[in-house]
Amino acid sequence: MSEPTIPILEMRNVSKNFDFSGQRIQALAGANLTVRKGEFICLIGASGCGKSTLLRIAAGFEQPTSGEALMWGKPINGPDPSRGMVFQDYGLFPWLSVRGNIGFGLAARGRPKAEIQDTVSRYVDMVGLGKFADAYPHQLSGGMKQRVAIARVLANDAEVVLMDEPFGALDAMTRDRLQDELLELWASTSLTVLFVTHSIEEAVFLSDRVVAMSPGPGRIDSELLLDLPRPRDVSSPTFNAIRSDLNQRLHSHHARKAA
Amino acid sequence: MSIVMQGAPPATRSRGRVSAARLRELGGRAGQVALALAFPAAILTAWHFATAGATYSLVPPPAEVARAFWDLAFGGINDDAFSQTLLTHVLASVGRVLGGFGLAVLVALPLGLLIGRVPFVRQMLDPTLQLLRPIPVTAWLPLAMILFGIGPRSAFFLVFLGAFYPILINTVFGVRAVETRLFEAASMLGCKGPAQFSRVVLPASLPAIFTGLRLGLGFAWVVIVIGEMTGVQTGLGAIIMEARQLSRTEIVIAGMIAIGALGFISDRLVMLLGRRLLSWSPNHV
Ligand SMILES: Nc1ncnc2c1ncn2[C@@H]1O[C@H](COP(=O)(O)OP(=O)(O)OP(=O)(O)O)[C@@H](O)[C@H]1O
Ligand SMILES: [Mg+2]
Repeated sequence: MSEPTIPILEMRNVSKNFDFSGQRIQALAGANLTVRKGEFICLIGASGCGKSTLLRIAAGFEQPTSGEALMWGKPINGPDPSRGMVFQDYGLFPWLSVRGNIGFGLAARGRPKAEIQDTVSRYVDMVGLGKFADAYPHQLSGGMKQRVAIARVLANDAEVVLMDEPFGALDAMTRDRLQDELLELWASTSLTVLFVTHSIEEAVFLSDRVVAMSPGPGRIDSELLLDLPRPRDVSSPTFNAIRSDLNQRLHSHHARKAA
Repeated sequence: MSIVMQGAPPATRSRGRVSAARLRELGGRAGQVALALAFPAAILTAWHFATAGATYSLVPPPAEVARAFWDLAFGGINDDAFSQTLLTHVLASVGRVLGGFGLAVLVALPLGLLIGRVPFVRQMLDPTLQLLRPIPVTAWLPLAMILFGIGPRSAFFLVFLGAFYPILINTVFGVRAVETRLFEAASMLGCKGPAQFSRVVLPASLPAIFTGLRLGLGFAWVVIVIGEMTGVQTGLGAIIMEARQLSRTEIVIAGMIAIGALGFISDRLVMLLGRRLLSWSPNHV
């Protein structure tokens, strides 16, 4: 950690408007978020409250209408390999094998062949896809595809991994397994993770800090520090207490909004 | 990490031992081939009985066409002006088709990538190209003859034009259909700007491009005959026209068969190439 005082990611009063068929949609209104290196943060909130928008601004796919998005204190101007995105729909290149997908960024950046091969093999093994190294995406299950997507951003030296409901399309068992694997990966590296989810349980299971967003227009509502040891037991009383507390917070927005 | 993968990698068929399933598969294939041959065989038979032995017939019987074809290819039967000339004509036509088609690929492919991806190029060129498109290739023939003279260069130009639009339109379509997600993925992995053309746009639109190549080559064979029908000495179109003037219907039909065979073979070659390059695509066989 070079400069522990500067946050790795910072959203300062970020607003985002979209013009949609002549209408102005305010997706974010003054969102503030500070992410420190090594943190695992889950973003949670009702559908349409701007979670994806916030993540896409962090990735550099979108620019804020007002406010600042910073990485290591410098404005984020566009996508960069230091911030890797894992999409819910995988976004793998169908014409490349597992190896090709994982090595895509390195090849695009003109790294030497030997280095690419080395790195790719290491990450193929890391996500347990050795037998499938030469398979194409359409030959993989959803869980395997998402492993490739994760390995792809890691192989590319991502410091921050941005994940937008990455396990949302997977069945419960695969999802549980990938959660464990992700935590293992995160614990064994110095990764910083910003993870969007719809599932309160997933948020409490994974993160150091849960950031709850509220809709109409989207902003950060509250944050909850989770100082629980890992691995966390989803059936423990503490876990359940936190879960229902979060549940209540999220539902109070709906009540407030309806009133 | 300790992840144990279950299941086997994508199927690899065991070699050596011929299994019952494999035999059945072979039997199935033989049946398919037999079925596919039954229809042309029926037509040949009907053709034979309708024409053989008839005192007067506009169409010669199949046996006579076969003889004409043999003479055209190897000579030794009629020993006239047509004998043993097939190779010359085939080479002339193939040369023009490949030349015109190749030029069409060289122009239409980059242009299609640009029109599909760069709004400025699209806004500048697309309206004009769309206006010119409804003009049938055959309608260009007189103008081509004026511009390039009566001769092989007109044929070459027509082939180019015939192959150009299918390739262009399918390439543009393929490029436009590339998911934005893939561009986002590429740019967050450090592949931005023009580098995306070779690493994302081209491979992602390759299936559509191959459809365009097949269509374009098909059109090239259609158009070459028209192009060779006036004022060209060699080529399959030329030989058909000449034989018609001399009322050598059997040679007309032999020429038609040669064109069909060449068109079929070239289509197969493109398909084989496509199969190799597109093995990653679940929709491509
Ligand atoms: N490209 C866009 N054009 C127009 N409106 C957009 C665009 N992207 C997002 N929006 C709008 O911004 C708002 C926030 O969208 P966003 O996708 O960030 O929500 P979300 O919290 O991720 O929702 P979900 O949980 O359903 O994924 C929505 O009202 C959406 O319609
Ligand atoms: Mg979303």
